[in-house]
Amino acid sequence: MARTQPAVDIRDLRITFDTDGGTVQAVRGVDLEVQPGEVLAIVGESGSGKTVTARSILRLLPETATVKGAVMVGPENVVTLDQRRLRQLRGTAAAMIFQEPSTALNPVYTVGWQLAEGLRAHGKYTKKQARAHAIEMLRRVGIPEPDRRVDDYPHQFSGGQKQRIVIAMALALDASVLIADEPTTALDVTVQAEILDLLRHLRDEFGTAIVLITHNMGVVADLADRVAVMYQGEIVETAPVRELFAAPAHPYTRKLLAAVPRVELVERVAPPEAATEAVVEASGLEIEYPGRLGRKGFRAVHGVDLRVGAGEVVGLVGESGSGKTTIGRAIAGLTAVTGGSLRVLGTEMRGVKEREFRPKRRELGFVFQDPATSFNPLLTIAQCVAEPLVVHGVASSPADARDRVDELLDAVQLSGGYGDRFPHELSGGQRQRASLARALALDPKLLIADEPTSALDVSVQARVLELFEELQERFGFASLFITHDLAVVDRIAHRVVVLHRGEIAEEGTAAEVLGAPRDPYTQRLLASLPVPDPVEQAERRAAFVALGGSAS
Amino acid sequence: MSDTTSVPTVQVRPPWWHRLPIIQQLRQSVGLQRGMLVAGLVITGIFVVVAIFAPLLAPYGFNQLRGPDGLFGAQQPPSADHLLGTTVGGYDVLSRVIWGAQTALLVILVAIVLSVFLGIALGLLSGYIGGWFDRITIVIADAIYAFPSLLLAIVAAIVISGGQSSLWGGIFAAAVSITVVFIPQYLRVVRAEVLRVKSEAFVESAKVVGASNARIMFRHVLRNSTRTLPLILTLNSSEAILTLAGLGFLGFGIEPSAAAEWGYDLNKSLSDVTSGIWWTSIFPGLAIVLVVLGVTLIGESLNDLADPRLRARRKPAETPGQAVAAEQPAAREELGEVL
Amino acid sequence: MRGGGFWRYLLVRFLLIIPTIFILVTLVFFLMRLTGDPITASLGDRLTPDQLAQRIHDAGYDRPILVQYLEYLGNVFTGNFGSSITDGRPISEILFTYGSATLELVIYSLIVAFIVGIPLGMVAAYFRDRWGDAGLRVFAILSYATPVFFAGLVLKLIFSVWLKVLPVAGRASTRTEIKIQGLDSQTGIYFIDALRTGSSAAVADVLAHAVLPALTLGLLTAGVFLRLVRTNVIGTLSRDYVDAARSRGVGEYRLVRKHALKPALVPIITVIGLQIALLLGGAVLTETTFEWKGLGFQLADYLAKRDFVAVQGIVALLAVIVAVTNFIVDIVAAILDPRVRY
Repeated sequence: MARTQPAVDIRDLRITFDTDGGTVQAVRGVDLEVQPGEVLAIVGESGSGKTVTARSILRLLPETATVKGAVMVGPENVVTLDQRRLRQLRGTAAAMIFQEPSTALNPVYTVGWQLAEGLRAHGKYTKKQARAHAIEMLRRVGIPEPDRRVDDYPHQFSGGQKQRIVIAMALALDASVLIADEPTTALDVTVQAEILDLLRHLRDEFGTAIVLITHNMGVVADLADRVAVMYQGEIVETAPVRELFAAPAHPYTRKLLAAVPRVELVERVAPPEAATEAVVEASGLEIEYPGRLGRKGFRAVHGVDLRVGAGEVVGLVGESGSGKTTIGRAIAGLTAVTGGSLRVLGTEMRGVKEREFRPKRRELGFVFQDPATSFNPLLTIAQCVAEPLVVHGVASSPADARDRVDELLDAVQLSGGYGDRFPHELSGGQRQRASLARALALDPKLLIADEPTSALDVSVQARVLELFEELQERFGFASLFITHDLAVVDRIAHRVVVLHRGEIAEEGTAAEVLGAPRDPYTQRLLASLPVPDPVEQAERRAAFVALGGSAS
Repeated sequence: MSDTTSVPTVQVRPPWWHRLPIIQQLRQSVGLQRGMLVAGLVITGIFVVVAIFAPLLAPYGFNQLRGPDGLFGAQQPPSADHLLGTTVGGYDVLSRVIWGAQTALLVILVAIVLSVFLGIALGLLSGYIGGWFDRITIVIADAIYAFPSLLLAIVAAIVISGGQSSLWGGIFAAAVSITVVFIPQYLRVVRAEVLRVKSEAFVESAKVVGASNARIMFRHVLRNSTRTLPLILTLNSSEAILTLAGLGFLGFGIEPSAAAEWGYDLNKSLSDVTSGIWWTSIFPGLAIVLVVLGVTLIGESLNDLADPRLRARRKPAETPGQAVAAEQPAAREELGEVL
Repeated sequence: MRGGGFWRYLLVRFLLIIPTIFILVTLVFFLMRLTGDPITASLGDRLTPDQLAQRIHDAGYDRPILVQYLEYLGNVFTGNFGSSITDGRPISEILFTYGSATLELVIYSLIVAFIVGIPLGMVAAYFRDRWGDAGLRVFAILSYATPVFFAGLVLKLIFSVWLKVLPVAGRASTRTEIKIQGLDSQTGIYFIDALRTGSSAAVADVLAHAVLPALTLGLLTAGVFLRLVRTNVIGTLSRDYVDAARSRGVGEYRLVRKHALKPALVPIITVIGLQIALLLGGAVLTETTFEWKGLGFQLADYLAKRDFVAVQGIVALLAVIVAVTNFIVDIVAAILDPRVRY
């Protein structure tokens, strides 16, 4: 096979960092090749070294990093390049797309200025030409009215549009390699589908090579031609995408793929008492956040009817801004109800006094999204888990509650010395399990879980979900499970409620809502969710285009 | 199993004293930052030692005008009897510089004790309760904060002592007037911290659990809000010295017969300078500079070490060590406003 | 484009000035009165008890404190600050005469502070944690650690007494003062007045007198600016958008100058606004050190004489200046930050 010169050729790359805790090897001997016009996905969990590897292509590494080996971009070795030449190469030979579009754009300059700056850094354009080119680039990535919007500031664009602008900047100098670092992680699924579409279009039209870094196997299946799997700084497997999904060779790849949640239309039946006894009952629920300085408030939730029966798991799904978290917080009494009615465990929450609701709190547990901040950093895990027991007078002190705490930690598979550790000494997944233990300390009737797994890696997520299922069956609590991930909700919930802009779009059993959605929004949501199977995803993409979801 | 095999298990966690404020930072620091911190600690240490042992170190009393050979004489240049010369009032400069350290230390201590307690209490209440109490407190604090602190201290000094007084009277007057200026700063910093901590998930979690407000405030919020206090303490110590010196320089200090005070001596040396008499001003001035320098160096290093952005330019979250470092709470940007 | 939001923001900020001034004026009034009536304080040792009582009664200081307070508030509102007790001059006249001298000093020092502090802060951020940075930081800390009056004394000793290249004190030599007095009207800002006399010697004389006070006060402020710029620029340098610009091939120097500085300017400007308090406090000390006959010098003088009516007037004026400066700073910050304009 006659091979063209690769767009990027990485040979025996080794990167180490100096840290407080000594030297850390982030990348150990990586070999990679990217052909022109190819999308290479680097997948792996956090700490696998995938981002560092990709960033080394532009040598965008902190000063504490030491790089050994060779990174050839075209004919040049980036590792040994001098500063001046490196600067010339950045943007022209290779360019980068960032994870968080809202922080990758400088808030105090117009997007046109920032686009033009990249062009003029390479000295090929006059002011006027640069502006014309900037407008052209914005048009190419699908920004409507580019000649007017070129003078707008980043905050005037939506999240998806900002990511389009970041892509426009990366494309501006016809770089032959694009490095996309989790380009859709910060975006909602429907927007994600559009951005993936745009990237595919660029590859097809301009033959740009794309290095795609992601942890989302659905995105990989959708876009990648070839996949490199990284684990602890090494590449454990490289294969064409269909081959990898069909027959993963390395045990780690198999484990990773097995952990990815899929929509499989699992039918779970709620216990019979769910129909007769409700722990949460909302009708016409309205929640409005007050505006500042006399401005109009923001209505996060309007006219929502919701019911969670005893022992029933209700999955609340929606994109960012849909009001799903707000509803969860209102049920826990953290956000005030401004209209309609919300009864939680028999108490009307509208205008409720904290003093009246406090006794009910022992029947309510809450698991927060971010495991890093949900524990008081100055208390041990055992003290944190004992908190509900002490507050409600079940135990007189954390020490007194220790037996029960050990029991609980045992239930979430954190036995042994974990109770005496401080929160920062635990991993994210361990903390989230401890969080479950704390929520279940008083054997509550209702558990609210607000995106409990979205900050976790897939394999950790799988473990936490498994545990949740097991505990739910064992203790029989009702639960409102808030998530943006349809596959997660499919696995966990008896019933699914889809929320869209503060209103309910659709509800029913998981099979009904996810199997045969009737509401157009739910249909679009499902269609834009990339499935972790390249063959099936190709078919779904066609269906998505038919639904009018495509933009470019 | 024999006795000899019962080797004590290796302690995984570092000894407790490694987690003490200054010690922890000293171990954490590297290179230039460590140099700054060490220099600051050494200078401040010398200052404290001199202040405590002033009666032993000073050759004469602070208000001594005559030795065995009669009067010292005014404006005598440095000599064997008076290593740093004598002042226009006929005091020994070296003795007054050494005794001045004691006065400065006392004022710092009293001022800090007063403002820390009031400031923290107000900041905690203001940040946690919020609402009207918070709004009124913060408007008053901001107004005071925006006003030249020296003038406010002068007004307070007039109220307390009518301007002049004895050793303890003078020290309290100076300390209280400095406190009036400091409370808004403590309040702002603690309040900002409380607001940050209050919105963290672990506080919400305590609320969901049903903990009472008092329990949340003291068990969860307070201890997590006082992280920047060592830093503020150093900054305010140096400002206390400067304010005290400023008061003394404008004639609101402590009378020379009651105690030695550097700012007062500088005020009296103002006219000496014109006639080329340098020793009466340079030495008390240098004493102020050194002490403030020492304390500020500590503060600066603490600030750098507390702020990951300033401490080290390391990439977060790609390695376990960095992930831990990235999770250390960031220092408040408000600190930029303290000076 | 600036929509209604911007103007509304301005209005809210403007209205916030009022409580600030009100609180300070109130605070100063009551604190001053805690010491007793101003007449006893200033003239108590010079008059007989009868005379004293008469003067107190005439001035209305024997009325209930609340009545006096309301009357004082009303007077301040109409710009009437009363008359000083010791020399009987109206406070508003004192404020006008000496205010211009202080203004001149503050402007000179701000020029020094901006020229020295901001570029050096950027340099320090650029060379962060290297020797250049360390040196600049030590300079910044030293400029903070040195009391202004001591810095003034040292500069005076070196340049005026030992080297004899600059004047010791005052705003101008007697000859220049006479020339300026000869003008039909004076602005009180000597640099402008000297220009108007048409004599280059007068201009040089006025400037020579300004060098040391401006350096003394300016370097103090420059140190603060340097630290501020350094910290904030380093903060913005770690932002994603700086990395993004770097990935497009933008040079390191330009990254500091364009991408890091402008976003950092918003917090910098805000804190600089708060420094006006520091600057005014420093002005009092600097003026005393150099016998620069401005408000601060006058204030120290009245303080020594225990003339609290005059003190109260000057302090109230300073409160107004501080509040207005903060308002202006807020506007500048809003203009710099496009997110405020919506």
